[in-house]
Amino acid sequence: MTDPNDLLALEELELDLFVTALDRRYGYDFSGYSRASLTRRVRNLQTQFRAPTISALTDLLLHHPDRVADAISNLSVPVSEFFRDPHVFRALKEKVFPILSSYPAINIWQAGCAHGQEVYSLAILLMEAGLYERARIYATDISADALARAREGIFPLQDARDASRRYLDSGGALSFSDYYHARYDFLKLDERLISHVTFAEHNLVTDAVFCEAHLILCRNVLIYFSNPLQDRVLGMFADSLVRGGFLCIGTRENLQFSAAREKFQVLDLDAQLYRRKSGG
Amino acid sequence: MGGAVVIGASAGGPSALQRLLACLDGDLPAAVVVVNHVGSQGPDLLHEMLAQRSRLPVQLAQERTPVSAGHVHVAPAGYHLLIERDRHFSLSVDPKVCFSRPSIDVLFETAARAYQKSLIGVVFTGASSDGAEGLAQIRQLGGLALVQAPEDAEVATMPRAALERAGADLCGPIEELAGFINEACRS
Repeated sequence: MTDPNDLLALEELELDLFVTALDRRYGYDFSGYSRASLTRRVRNLQTQFRAPTISALTDLLLHHPDRVADAISNLSVPVSEFFRDPHVFRALKEKVFPILSSYPAINIWQAGCAHGQEVYSLAILLMEAGLYERARIYATDISADALARAREGIFPLQDARDASRRYLDSGGALSFSDYYHARYDFLKLDERLISHVTFAEHNLVTDAVFCEAHLILCRNVLIYFSNPLQDRVLGMFADSLVRGGFLCIGTRENLQFSAAREKFQVLDLDAQLYRRKSGG
Repeated sequence: MGGAVVIGASAGGPSALQRLLACLDGDLPAAVVVVNHVGSQGPDLLHEMLAQRSRLPVQLAQERTPVSAGHVHVAPAGYHLLIERDRHFSLSVDPKVCFSRPSIDVLFETAARAYQKSLIGVVFTGASSDGAEGLAQIRQLGGLALVQAPEDAEVATMPRAALERAGADLCGPIEELAGFINEACRS
């Protein structure tokens, strides 16, 4: 039997080489990602691309640039759903929107928007609050494929039932079905919902501040980052937010291990909602 | 031993876990980490329920915190629970595995890498095949595999799937597995 330590050492080496190759050849730096999830995603990608080893996967990507976008989307996109954690959307609506309404123009940055479910959820609630017309949502993601999917706004119809319930739990005033058309097994969201959305490629690892924002949503993205990378990204969020601006992270994420926690004060711990302190 | 015991349970899991925790030593020198399949809706209550009959302190596993010996860490609903090589927890919202998030396989596979020989994997009652692949990886990397005897399990599917895929170092009723864990963690 092969020595387990040796198996693991080999996997680590192959993974390091894979990460180096993607970074040096294509500028996608995954070195700051939590290793356990990254290992699983790379293993899954290996299966999907029918590569016998991680090294074979590296080789394939180095020599087939046309496969890279697909690989990035598989390495990066976390699943999301409409109105995930309804109490968070309710907190946004009840605690954040009233303050946003005092601004003549509202900038919102949805960092790591994946397939866009949260962008559409947020747009719906902004619309119902009468704030959408003066809002601009910057929806960014590392993956061009994911952004294209988000822009398209087409989702499996089977997502609609749970989404409708969560929409109501979020404090939605109408019915979720008012915002989409169903056709065959798919739903297509109303294009009005993205009339004020700017989709853009942005890599939290390597790119700089994206905009001046009154609200930043970045849920279940930081969980994939190591502590130093999380620090960098939270620092960037602090720099992007106006004084008193809002940050919303995932309900199981926390700021307590980050140096950037000094720059935020808790608004709602259950919803993981924070406000940018002045100065710092 | 300074190691960990990772436990996967599904249908019938809460009462099976209560039985186990009631039998584990209060000064167990290993960390206990639990994935139990539950719906992702509603509040997380399992850890509070388990705390009632456990001699070890029970808490929800939190990202970026160390896996602590003498504690029972329970995976939060709706997230995969992973253990990094430096023996800290991380979470993910990656796609469901075996229709489940948290998935037992995900915990087991990452724990196997972090603990290698210092790991015991335990598969309990459930109507799923989750945990079978993870248990095989635990054994492959030098850890021990325990499986609740199918006839002792409320739902035998999951123990059977684990036995078929991975085999076991010990297969028995929960109280016997608990005794083995208490002994093994001391040696």
